[in-house]
Amino acid sequence: MTTPPTVPANESSAAIAASGADRDRRAVYQARGITKIYHMGEVDVHALRGVDLDLYEGEFVVLLGPSGSGKSTLLNILGGLDVPTEGTVNYRGRDLMKDDDALLTGYRRDHVGFVFQFYNLIPSLTARENVALVTEIARDPMKPEAALQLVNMDHRLDHFPAQLSGGEQQRVAIARAISKRPDVLLCDEPTGALDINTGIVVLEAIERVNRELGTTTAVITHNAAIAEMADRVISVADGRISSVRRTAHKLPPQELRW
Amino acid sequence: MKAIDRKLVRDAIHMWGQLLAICAVIACGVATFVMSLSALEALRTTQATYYDQYRFADAFVGLKRAPNSLEPRLAEIPGVAHVQTRVVRDVTLDLPDLDEPAAGRLISIPENGEISLNALHLRSGRYIELGRDDEVLASEGFADAHHLHPGDKVTAIINGRRKDLRIVGTALSPEYVYTIRWGALVPDDKRFGVFWMGRRALAAAFNMEGAFNDVTVDLAPGADEQEVVERLDDLVRPYGGLGAHGRRDQISNRFLSDEIRQLQRMGTIIPSIFLSVAAFLLNVVLSRIIALQRDQIAALKAFGYSNLAVGMHYLKLVLVVAFVGVILGSCVGYWLGLRITEMYTRFYKFPMLYFAIPPKVALMALGASSLAAIAGTINVIRRAVNLPQAEAMRPEPPAAYRPTLLERIGLAEWFTQPSRMVLRHIERRPLKAFLSAFGMALAVAILMLGRFTADSLDYLLDAQFMLSQRQDMSVNFLEPTSMSGFHDLQHVVGAMYVEPRRMVPVRLRNGHLQRRTMIQGVIDNPQLNHLVDENLDAIPLPKEGIVLNSKLAELLEVKTGDTVSVEVLEGSRAVREVPVTGLATEFLGTFCYMNFQAINRLLGEGDSLTEAYLKVDDNRLDELYRRLKEAPRVASVTIKKTSIRSFRETVMENMLQMQFFNVMFACVIAFGVVYNTARIALSERGRELASLRVLGLTRGEISFILLGELAVLTLVALPLGIGMGWLLVRVVCMFLDTEMYRIPFVVAPATYGFSASVVIVAAILSGLVVRRRLDHLDLIAVLKTRE
Ligand SMILES: Nc1ncnc2c1ncn2[C@@H]1O[C@H](COP(=O)(O)OP(=O)(O)O)[C@@H](O)[C@H]1O
Ligand SMILES: [Mg+2]
Repeated sequence: MTTPPTVPANESSAAIAASGADRDRRAVYQARGITKIYHMGEVDVHALRGVDLDLYEGEFVVLLGPSGSGKSTLLNILGGLDVPTEGTVNYRGRDLMKDDDALLTGYRRDHVGFVFQFYNLIPSLTARENVALVTEIARDPMKPEAALQLVNMDHRLDHFPAQLSGGEQQRVAIARAISKRPDVLLCDEPTGALDINTGIVVLEAIERVNRELGTTTAVITHNAAIAEMADRVISVADGRISSVRRTAHKLPPQELRW
Repeated sequence: MKAIDRKLVRDAIHMWGQLLAICAVIACGVATFVMSLSALEALRTTQATYYDQYRFADAFVGLKRAPNSLEPRLAEIPGVAHVQTRVVRDVTLDLPDLDEPAAGRLISIPENGEISLNALHLRSGRYIELGRDDEVLASEGFADAHHLHPGDKVTAIINGRRKDLRIVGTALSPEYVYTIRWGALVPDDKRFGVFWMGRRALAAAFNMEGAFNDVTVDLAPGADEQEVVERLDDLVRPYGGLGAHGRRDQISNRFLSDEIRQLQRMGTIIPSIFLSVAAFLLNVVLSRIIALQRDQIAALKAFGYSNLAVGMHYLKLVLVVAFVGVILGSCVGYWLGLRITEMYTRFYKFPMLYFAIPPKVALMALGASSLAAIAGTINVIRRAVNLPQAEAMRPEPPAAYRPTLLERIGLAEWFTQPSRMVLRHIERRPLKAFLSAFGMALAVAILMLGRFTADSLDYLLDAQFMLSQRQDMSVNFLEPTSMSGFHDLQHVVGAMYVEPRRMVPVRLRNGHLQRRTMIQGVIDNPQLNHLVDENLDAIPLPKEGIVLNSKLAELLEVKTGDTVSVEVLEGSRAVREVPVTGLATEFLGTFCYMNFQAINRLLGEGDSLTEAYLKVDDNRLDELYRRLKEAPRVASVTIKKTSIRSFRETVMENMLQMQFFNVMFACVIAFGVVYNTARIALSERGRELASLRVLGLTRGEISFILLGELAVLTLVALPLGIGMGWLLVRVVCMFLDTEMYRIPFVVAPATYGFSASVVIVAAILSGLVVRRRLDHLDLIAVLKTRE
C-alpha cells in the first residue's frame, strides 16, 4: 500500500484550501478557527482547539482519530447540532453561526442527513415509518421504500427496530438519513457498534449513496482501515487536525479489512 | 396518519397502564373539585334565586303588640320598600304519633293570598280559603315527618285550649329554608313545625285583632340596612320590640349562609389540594416518562423537527390524557355534585334547584390540569433540547455510583450486594428518589385529609353532647316561667334530676362589632352543663360576668377582662356593660353563659327560667311525656339522643358523604401515583436489570433490587406523608372555622393507619405488577440495542 502525501497540520488554512486538485472544486463547508470548550465545573475541556476545514462537493471524507479527539464535536457543529465557542462555519456561502435555532433546524431539515453510532431509531415505529418520519417533513424526499431499497432493506419494511439486527438497524438509519436527498451525509461512527461483516454492508450502503446520489459524505471513525475507502482522510488528534491526506486508491468497502 | 403521530399512538398504547393511572389521578382531582364547587354554586344560585323570587325580607323585628296604625309609619322609614306586618305565635302541638309535646309556630298570612314578602311556595294541597278559621298550610318538612297530608288535622294548644288545625296544603318559605328554633343546634322536623294561618283567625285566637307582633321589611335598592334596622328598632321599641335585625341574624338564613360559606371553604380548599396534588404528580410522572425518550427527542431534533414540533408531539399525548381526565372527572364530579346537592336539599328546603357545572369551574379544572401537564412536558423538552445533542443521542453515561453513607460509616457488612445496589441507586439520584417518595407521601397526606372529618365530628359530638351537655332532654317553656314551674317539674314522675336554665336573646356589642345570640343562664355547680377549655377540661362559670365561647369572643374581638355591652332583646330591653370573665371552647354556634341569678338580676325580674335540663328514668318515659304534654306552660322538649341523631343525619352525613367520595378519590390517586412510581422505576432500570439477568442474577434477585427500592421509598414516604397530612389537616381546620361550627383538629389513629395501609397496599399491588413484568424481561432486546 502506498503512503499518500500528507499535509502538515500546522499549515495555514489557505494552504489546505489551495492544495492540489481541491482548488477547482466547490467547497460545501468552510470552517475556520473552530474552538469548542466545554465548561465542566472547575475545569474547561477543550474539545476543539482551532480547526480549519473544507469539505467539497460530492467527496467522501473520513474523519479519523482516537476516541475523545473531538471528531463528534466537529461533526455536530457542521451538522448544526452544536455551536462552536469560537470560529465560523460557512455552508455554501451561508454563515451558520448567524443562524438562530429555528434557522438551524431548517438547515438540518433541508440539507443534512445524520447517521449515529447508536442508530437512534424510534422503537415504536417500523423501518418504513422511521424513514417516513423524515420524508414527511422534507422538501423533495424519496419514497421511504426507495430509500430502504438503496440500503437493501426493502425486505424488512414493516419490522420494528427490536426485530432487526444491529446492522439492519443502522441501514434503516442510513435510509432515513438519505431519504430526504440531503446535500451532506454526516455519519458518526456508523460501524462502531457493528462487527466487521455487518460494518462492511453498512459502509457499502453509505458508499453507494455517495456514489449514486453524489451526496457529500463525512464519516467519523477511529478505525484506520475504513479510511481507505475515502477520497480524503482528515486525521484529528487532541482537538486539532493533525493531517489531511488524499487517498491514492479508494478501496471499495468489500476490500476493507480490520 | 403521519409517522410521528403513529409514534404517539404506539407510545400511548405501550404505556396504557401508566397513562390510564395518570388519567385517573387527574379525573379524581377534577372530580372532587367539580363535585364541591358545583354543589356550592348550586346552593348559592338556588338561595339567591329563591330569595329573590319569593321576596325574602331584608329586615325583621318581633314585638309584643302594636296597633295596625303603626304600619304606615314603618313604611315611611327611608329605605324601606315594603312592609309586611304579621301575627306570629309559638304554640304547643299535641300529635298522636308523638308521646312528647312538639313546638309549632303560627304565622299569619292574608286570606286573599297576596303575601307581599316571604312568599310561600305551595307544595301540595291548596291555599287557605277566606273565612275559614281552622285552615292552615303546614311546613312541608313537618308534614312529611308526621306523614300528614292535606285534609289531616293537628291539635294546637292555644291559650290553654285545644284547637284543631286542618291542613289544607303544605308549603315552603324562604324564611324557613332551614327549619330550626332559635337556640337549637340542629333542625328537628318532628318536634318543630311552622303553620301559616289566616290573619283574622290567628289574631282572633290570640287577641291580636287590629294589631300585629311581627314586622318584616324589604329594602329599597341602595338602602342602608343598618340604618333601617335602627329606625325600625326605635319605632317598635315602645311596643315591646325585641330588637330588629337584618338577614344575617335571621336564623334560617344564617345557617344556610354559613353552610354555604363552610362549603365554599371546604369545597375550595380540599379539592384544590387534591387537584394540585394530581397536577404535581402529573408533572412529575410525565416529565419522567418523557425523559425516558430523550434520545428520541434528540433524534427528531437532528432530523430537522423544530423544538415546537417536538414539543407539540409530546403535548398532544399529554393533553389528550389530561383532557380525557378532565372530562371524566367533570362527569363524575357533576354526578356526585348533584347527589351532594340533593342531600343538602333534604334539610335545606328549596322549591327549586339550579344545578349546573359553572363554566368557570370546568375551565379552572381544565386549566390547572393542562397547565400542570404542559409545565411537566415543556420542562422535559427544554432539558432534552438544551442537552448537547451528542450527549442526548448517547445512552445515558454510566452512573457515578459510590458507596452509600451507610456503607461509608462502616455498616457495609450489614448489607448484601443487592441491598447495596438498592441503597446506592437511591443515593445516586436523591432528587428523583425524593420526588418519588414525595409523590407517595402526598398520597398519604390527601388520604388523611380526605378522612379526618369523621374523626373531628366524632370528637365534636363527644365534646358537645357528652361532655358539655349532659342532660337527657330539655324542656322548653312557652315563656319565661317562675321557679314554681321548675319545682313542679322536679316532682314529675320519671324526672330524676332537673336543672333550670334561663335563655335570653341578646345583642352583644363591642364598639361597632355586634352579634345577636342567646345568653344561657346556668345555676351554680351545674350537673348537666359543663363549660370546657380548649383541652376539654371543665372551667367554672363565675357568679358575675359573662363567659363567651371563643368563637363569639373572636367575632366581637374581646378577651377575658374586657367588657361587652349586653342588650336584652325582650321585656325591659335593658342594656348593661358586663365583664367577660372567661372563654369556653365550643364547636357549635356562638353562645355565651352567665350565672342564673346574675342573668335574672340583669333582667330585673325575679328568678325565672325558660328551659329545664332533665336527667330522666328511661323506664318511665311514657308517663313523663304524658305529664309534659298536659303541662300548660311546656312548649316542647328537645331530646338529646334525637339531636345527636339529627346532627348525624344532617351535618355529619353530608360531610361524611363528601368525605367518602374524597377518600375514594384519594385512594385512586394513591394507586395511580404508586403504580406510576413503580412503572417508571421499571422503565428506567429495565435495561440495567436485564443486563444483570444476563450476568446470571435470578429473577428473584433483580426483583429484589427494584422492589427493594420501592419498599425503601414507601418507608420514607409514610412518615413524610403523615407529617404532611397532619399539617394539611391543621391548615384545613383553620380554614373551616365558621360561626355555625368549628372543625376540631383531630386525627384518629385509625386514620393514620388507614392512610398508610392504602399506600402500602398500593405499593404491594404495583410491586406485583412490576414483578410480573420483570419475569418477562426481554433479555435479547437488551443485548441487541445500544451499549
Ligand atoms: N457535553 C460535553 N461536556 C463536556 N465534555 C464533553 C462533552 N462532549 C464532549 N466532551 C469532551 O470533548 C472531547 C471530545 O469529545 P468528542 O467530540 O465526543 O470526541 P470523539 O467523538 O472524537 O470521541 C472529549 O474529551 C469529551 O469528553
Ligand atoms: Mg464520537
